[in-house]
Amino acid sequence: MTIQPLEGTSSPEQSRMAIDGLIQVASAWRVPLTVLALSVLPWVLPSKALAVNVLIYGTFAVGYNLLFGYTGLLSFGHAAFFGGGAYLTGMSIVHFGFNWLAALSAGIVGALLLSVVMGVLSIRTRGIYFSMVTLALAQLVYYTALQASSWTGGENGLRGFTVSKIDVAGLRIDFLNPLHKYYVVLVFTALALWLVSRVLNSSFGAVIEAIRENEGRARACGYDVERTKLLSFILSGGICGLAGGLSALHLAIVPLDTLHYHTSGLVVMMTLLGGMGSFFGPFVGALAFLVMEDVLSLWTAHWQLFVGAIFILFVLFLPKGIWGTIMGLGVR
Amino acid sequence: MSTTQLLAVENVGKSFNGFVALEGISASFGGNRVTAVIGPNGAGKSTFFNVLSGAIKPSAGRILFEGRDLTAMPQHWFARAGIARSYQITTIFPQLSVHENVRVSGQAFRSRYNIWRNRDLDRALIEKADAVLFAVGLHGKRERIARFLSHGEQRALEIAIALVADPKLLLLDEPTAGMGPEETKDMVALIERLAADRTILLVEHKMKMILGLSNRVLVLHHGRLIADGTPAEIQSDTEVRRVYLGQSHGAA
Repeated sequence: MTIQPLEGTSSPEQSRMAIDGLIQVASAWRVPLTVLALSVLPWVLPSKALAVNVLIYGTFAVGYNLLFGYTGLLSFGHAAFFGGGAYLTGMSIVHFGFNWLAALSAGIVGALLLSVVMGVLSIRTRGIYFSMVTLALAQLVYYTALQASSWTGGENGLRGFTVSKIDVAGLRIDFLNPLHKYYVVLVFTALALWLVSRVLNSSFGAVIEAIRENEGRARACGYDVERTKLLSFILSGGICGLAGGLSALHLAIVPLDTLHYHTSGLVVMMTLLGGMGSFFGPFVGALAFLVMEDVLSLWTAHWQLFVGAIFILFVLFLPKGIWGTIMGLGVR
Repeated sequence: MSTTQLLAVENVGKSFNGFVALEGISASFGGNRVTAVIGPNGAGKSTFFNVLSGAIKPSAGRILFEGRDLTAMPQHWFARAGIARSYQITTIFPQLSVHENVRVSGQAFRSRYNIWRNRDLDRALIEKADAVLFAVGLHGKRERIARFLSHGEQRALEIAIALVADPKLLLLDEPTAGMGPEETKDMVALIERLAADRTILLVEHKMKMILGLSNRVLVLHHGRLIADGTPAEIQSDTEVRRVYLGQSHGAA
């Protein structure tokens, strides 16, 4: 009788500690756990192509989240990096006959260079001005691609670079097989995740979070805020360029829309749906969005209307997004 | 009293679109003394602090720190030179833990862009942050998320963030703002301990606290320095009396 209440009072405390411990372990193993979760995706989703899209857009959102969720900068111009990576990957194959890996690397390098230029031009502006400047610069890239049609295919998009086979260390992988394609893409997604996780665990990761939390204070502590933001912008741009390059290899076409501001809006939506500033959130957001698109577009041509309504409900009632809310239940 | 010169401001002025917030301020500070900066609301105290911490650039004059001209330098250079500040309105990293708040501040002098070094594995920095939290009485709350602290605790954290950098000059902007008498007493005791081995500039409204803490008082009025002396000298200064009495008459 006397022991009973004592146990009663200590057990919530214990379960609290158990949950905290679990979260800590999970967060230490977040890259392997995420890759593990993603590796079963093609087996549970209705189509393999959808699974590949979740990976690609998830990687795009992971790169975007580094800037938006962790550094606190709302860019409306990330289509430029995703599309830039896609176009440069495709163009490297079409015009220069690069192999797929060299082309993908060219896509990443191109996106990095583009993010250096866009970053230098935009990083000193704040808040909504930053969003507007990134949007305007990305539109410049869009119209450049539209005009340079002999290089980019203009309105018709870039075509004619189907990658059907991939040779890795003597192994020939059939890239037209969606399942094989999925796991090839997953390797690159895993690399991107590892890099982002590395950044977030590092001293640099602490600095970008400090800037998100309180820019003025970070400056007073002795941080060069502009330079730190620029580095984060470039890292983010590079990862989004990788996602774009993978998308080009996946689709064997780069639609002009890849550079359109819709694409920038898409990644903002996916990041918010999943949970900005959470590690796994971007994939959950990409999955939620693409599944919604898949299901709703079968049912109505106005699916975007419903996606928009759901998005508004999320912003109003679940500002932490799906994954952020789930993680929040454990923490608090 | 030794007048080792740490910080010298020479003829500093600042105007915002024609409004003169500061004009012709010259003074020097050093020798581990506590200097209070007082003045009626709108006298330019906060502008003065923002200029001294590099947050805003003066429109005239120079700021010399240990003989180096910092006037045109960006704000983070001021911090790296050894000037740390606290804010009148609590300015912390709300979503980070108490310990992280202090650690990330201290990290500015060790590792800024390194992505290979883990943020939470620098032993010396962890211990340093712990020592500072102990000094301000927050050690028991080190894992707490900063926004869940009480107002008084956040004020103490604010000081800890400034302190972990081992600043030579500490600028405290109304450290007891919004505090109750009990918390104020703790803060005064803390400032007294800090004053033992560093130079402190302090903006405050609580007269009793100023007289007890400071060796020197500067009085600002309409952006000008109207008096500079010991607390006793300031109390008997006719100009200061006129400014403060005039204001209380106006309010009555």
